[in-house]
Amino acid sequence: MKRAIPIFVVLAGLLVAIAAANPFFLEPAGFLAFLKRVAPLAILAAGQYFVIVSGEFDLSVGSLVTVEVVVAARLIDGDEAMTWPVLVLLVVIGLLVGLVNGLVTTKLRVPSFITTLGAMLILSGAVFLWTGGAPRGALSQGFRVFGREGVWAVAILAMVVVAAVLLMRADFGRTLVATGDNEKAARLSGVRVDRVRVFAFVLSGLSAAVAGILLGGFAGVSAQVGQSLEFQAITAVVLGGVVLGGGRGHVVAAIAGAFTLEALFTLLNLHGISGALEYAVQGVIIIAAVAVGGLRLPALRLTPSKV
Amino acid sequence: MEDINQKPAESAQVILRMTGIGKSFLGIRVLRGIDLSATAGEVHAVVGENGAGKSTLMKILAGVHQPDEGTVEIGGTTRAFAHPVEAQRAGVAIIYQEFNLLPERSVADNVFLGREPTRRGLLDRAAMDAATSRLLDELDEHSFGPRDLVKDLSVAQQQVVEIVKALSVDARIVVMDEPTAALAEHEVDLLYRLIRRLQARGIAVLYISHRLREVFDLADRVTVLKDGAHVATVAAGDVTVAELVKMMVGRELDAYFPPRAAEPAAGEVRLTLAQAGNAKLDGIDLELRAGEIVGVAGLQGSGRSSLAKAIFGAEPFTRGEMTPVRPASVREGVAAGIGLVTEDRKAEGLALNQPVRDNALLVARAIGHRSRAAVSDLLRRVQLSPPREETEVKYLSGGNQQKVVLAKWLTVAPRVLLFDEPTRGVDVGAKAAIHDLMRELADSGTAILVISSELPELIGMSDRIVVLRDGRVAGHLPAGATEEAVMALAAADEAAA
Repeated sequence: MKRAIPIFVVLAGLLVAIAAANPFFLEPAGFLAFLKRVAPLAILAAGQYFVIVSGEFDLSVGSLVTVEVVVAARLIDGDEAMTWPVLVLLVVIGLLVGLVNGLVTTKLRVPSFITTLGAMLILSGAVFLWTGGAPRGALSQGFRVFGREGVWAVAILAMVVVAAVLLMRADFGRTLVATGDNEKAARLSGVRVDRVRVFAFVLSGLSAAVAGILLGGFAGVSAQVGQSLEFQAITAVVLGGVVLGGGRGHVVAAIAGAFTLEALFTLLNLHGISGALEYAVQGVIIIAAVAVGGLRLPALRLTPSKV
Repeated sequence: MEDINQKPAESAQVILRMTGIGKSFLGIRVLRGIDLSATAGEVHAVVGENGAGKSTLMKILAGVHQPDEGTVEIGGTTRAFAHPVEAQRAGVAIIYQEFNLLPERSVADNVFLGREPTRRGLLDRAAMDAATSRLLDELDEHSFGPRDLVKDLSVAQQQVVEIVKALSVDARIVVMDEPTAALAEHEVDLLYRLIRRLQARGIAVLYISHRLREVFDLADRVTVLKDGAHVATVAAGDVTVAELVKMMVGRELDAYFPPRAAEPAAGEVRLTLAQAGNAKLDGIDLELRAGEIVGVAGLQGSGRSSLAKAIFGAEPFTRGEMTPVRPASVREGVAAGIGLVTEDRKAEGLALNQPVRDNALLVARAIGHRSRAAVSDLLRRVQLSPPREETEVKYLSGGNQQKVVLAKWLTVAPRVLLFDEPTRGVDVGAKAAIHDLMRELADSGTAILVISSELPELIGMSDRIVVLRDGRVAGHLPAGATEEAVMALAAADEAAA
């Protein structure tokens, strides 16, 4: 948990800065609006955390979010009765994409960077083919309530956080981190490393489904709704001190990374800095976070805590 | 058996003279006062146990390490190599056990790697091929040509490429490190012929090997190293195998070992192998009983670790029988109550960035073991000091790390526990604790198999010893066997038996 401390300090600083620039932020409605905005990215970061801590990547989640939203709009097409069946279908799609990513990565031994890059292109292509660039249909009120009503969004986010923390404390989570840290040692201890990794991808797919459901209500239907979310999620996880390559970092810190990123965007917005800068800011953050993580390692080695 | 190091044959020209070589790593002396000389056309064998200092000495000659004291003279001039390239230019070529060849490139490309001949700025392939062909002809090697790709060659042919490489730089000293380790029986004869040709060209060959038969077949003189010191240099004709073995191992059993059970432990049979084999092992018969510690001896590459991994299911047996079950995977092995304390705890035993607690529980979690023995009790049992559960294991000493590995297995109370080099890189105190624990486990009914390169440890701990050679059982020895007896079985074959 020690690695996670800096991110909470940074997050607290940013929240104070936002409050100073915009006192409305401190009111319940203002803070709820912020949480509602953060929720999809925070959920994606939790999913991405499972994959990254096991030593892999999932680049497909952004496209998957788009698929979820576009499919929902087309199938529901304004019909309230379709809401729940479609919600179930969306979750199944998320789980399936994660399962395929995981199986291709572990059984066919395709590096996950390539597997999920391929999945990202395939899913984007499929959306484009299906919609011709302009998604049709409309979401129902019952669907949009999840992303639009702050209470719902916050409740879902809270459930995801609790579930993620419990999973990481359970046997699955501990063997997942051990696999990311030293796959060989895990295997020689009897860990089913392939199965554990596949499950991580499935969780990431599930998180994309949930994030898609929230974003559909929050941001509306478009073929760009999930664009570059995979990079935001990875940036958030790295910002939370989780090490690319696996084995180190805490899921709560990864989620805090998502909060920090969103807070930073909010602050930039408040100061009238163009949203177009968001990409550049993200780029600087991800490089800086990894560089700082790399710098910290030798410093740790020097600490005389050898016992 | 007088020491003849200082007076090589009068007629021959001394090419190499290393005098008083000493070297320390991190304050630990690994070599002291080593003398070694070689004359033109001589084969000079360097022998000693694992860790005797042979490799370090050769790396000093090759310019990989720099000596702290002593001098290296080549062809009468004192040299101090700062870099391997300087040694190469001075005529020293080393052929390591693992060849330094690029598999995807041709023989000629490899021979001239880094010093390719050019013509008007372009690679002169014709010259490379011609020169390589000429050297291959000189060695009477016609089974492959300069344009063949290295990856298509056999191990023996790749060794020829290494030798051609050495000849092409006009090496005057060729060091061969365990050159027969990877060769089949019939290929060894070819190697002998090659070495004779090198001799005929006036090259001094330093021959490092565990296999004493080869030493007697090839060498003119033998230098024995032990624990980083020079024991003797003798003419091969003046010494017997037994005398050589004694020089290599002669030392006292000075460490403390827990007392064995009074009666030869003959508990129930926990595991039986009958004619078991796989790619690295063949025809293994072995029985492990509850309450006994069986030691496995053998040289590097004799199949010791392979045996442990095969029993455990990590590199499963493909032939023969193993009862009660022949595990086809690690999980089947663990389910059958078999545990393996791996040779390399950092690479194979521990998740270094995780806390002690998570490492100790790794096996139990992996197999969904219900009863989680209190980790704190286990850590006390393995004498982890201090028994802090939240410390990341990368910060622990080698001894404490090994105790965590042990705790990892004790959580599931295995019926058979395999130890591969359990005390390598472990300080004396932790060593004794691990030895005590092994005996305690045996006394409480666990069947234990232990592999160790340290003969005093192996002999001190084992109730009986199985010696492996070339993937087969070379013989069985009772408790308290001498180091000479073990080495004779492990190192020599008919010549010494």
